[in-house]
Amino acid sequence: MRRGQFFREKWPYLILLVFALAVPALFPSRYVLQVITMSCVFAIATLGLNLILGYTGQVSLAHAGFFAIGAYGVAMMTKAGLSFWLALPLSALLAAAVSFFVGLPTLRTRGSYFAIATLCFGVIVSIVAGSWFSLTGGHTGIVGIPLPNAIPFPLVGEIGFHSKAAQYYLVLGFLLLTLFVMHRLVNSVQGLSFVAVRNNEVLAGAVGINAFATKLLSFVIASFFAGIAGGIYASLMRSVSPDVASINLMFNWVVYLLLGGAGTLAGPVVGTLAISALTESLQFLAEYNLLVFGALLVAAMVYCPRGLVGLVEAGGKKVRVYYRRQVGVRSDLEG
Amino acid sequence: MGSNGAGKTTLFRTVAGVLKPCRGTIEFQGKQIHRLSPDRIVSLGLSLCPEGRQLFPQLSVYKNLLLGAYTRRKEMSRVRKTMEWVYELFPVLKERRNQPAGTLSGGEQQMLAIGRALMSEPEMLLLDEPTMGLAPLVVRRIAEVIKEINRAGTTVFLSEQNANIALMITERGYVLENGRIVLEGPSPELLENATVKRAYLGA
Repeated sequence: MRRGQFFREKWPYLILLVFALAVPALFPSRYVLQVITMSCVFAIATLGLNLILGYTGQVSLAHAGFFAIGAYGVAMMTKAGLSFWLALPLSALLAAAVSFFVGLPTLRTRGSYFAIATLCFGVIVSIVAGSWFSLTGGHTGIVGIPLPNAIPFPLVGEIGFHSKAAQYYLVLGFLLLTLFVMHRLVNSVQGLSFVAVRNNEVLAGAVGINAFATKLLSFVIASFFAGIAGGIYASLMRSVSPDVASINLMFNWVVYLLLGGAGTLAGPVVGTLAISALTESLQFLAEYNLLVFGALLVAAMVYCPRGLVGLVEAGGKKVRVYYRRQVGVRSDLEG
Repeated sequence: MGSNGAGKTTLFRTVAGVLKPCRGTIEFQGKQIHRLSPDRIVSLGLSLCPEGRQLFPQLSVYKNLLLGAYTRRKEMSRVRKTMEWVYELFPVLKERRNQPAGTLSGGEQQMLAIGRALMSEPEMLLLDEPTMGLAPLVVRRIAEVIKEINRAGTTVFLSEQNANIALMITERGYVLENGRIVLEGPSPELLENATVKRAYLGA
């Protein structure tokens, strides 16, 4: 009974999951699969950004900085001989720890001041990465980063990550894990407190929420996932350069998030995949494709401020109301 | 009680820690609290239901109540019990628990604001003008509930412009003018007081 109900409510997700698992079979082109895999890596970063920007309402522009810390962390640790599976969590924890100390002063500022303060941190990371030659290799960066170590499984043997399909499944696994953690988080009382702080900081305080601690927690968790995404990126690209800390990368994520739908769980993933697909299909426009994105962003801000996901939700509601009117059932949405 | 600008809301906000006093101290159960942050004050058992029915409008009634229990989020079974009690006090909140708080009527929003303040299980509830701008029938209902909350063991510190209601349901009254207490005493006596009658009851 309960199981039947579960399937009746969740079947669209199951279809999506089956589709996601079938992607390597549906797109045999190595290039296309590589693009999809990298989009999924960026989707993890965008999901992190979504927590601090979408749910907590703090416009952090330091996200690429933490992505870079994760990327350089994994690059250096794995080159030093550490296993990827140890280097990845360590690098993400490093990104989280740095964000804690960055958050202490910057989260005392509000609104655009916070955006500027965090932007400064992002720029500092990219300058340090470009200039600290002995540690980061300067502008050439670090090359020859090993792929994630193969996982030994009893019975089936080892699962390696040399094929594009295996790399895709690896990233898909991390993406699903990130979605699961975010789902549990934003639906908890703690997650509600993020939204409360976004809504009204003073009222959140009167209700008993320590607004500063809540923002700091959200910032640290967001940076942890930026670090995870950066670490996977470094290991799959086999090289890192100061580009991973670039402002362009981060503004891409902001566009993914706003067009997909900030403050929803599906928004960042939908936005990242949709915009990446659009970027690929607009390759022939070369640098003029930025014009298309500019126009899209302005249109989205005006006509669907809640992004693609918001648009679909609103559309679905309208269809349901229309359908119920047709069959003559009074809708609870009209009351 | 006091007229507009007497300092009622400022006093309430300062007690709750949202504003900081320039001088003087505030004590609660023998403990100085005027330097504490609002969230610490809530966990000590002092909960403010702010003036003007402030809610989280996009969040559902249920989620607004849950946020009220933020300081008790580690004891979810007790939180659920408190929520049942709040639903008993205001059955309409239970009916509308999945509706966004912003879609409630004025009276329902006030009930939700009181309910949310109760969710932290306060020793003392600071109720800032709960009847402001509400229909007489709703005012009576809220007055009844305030008495019921008090009977259940919570001290209620009420601020009102509606002196009639305030003095009917309270035990002690203080009249505030320009931030100072000009008159105090048992509520039934204040109700008979000539100055109060002239200035606040319109008799």
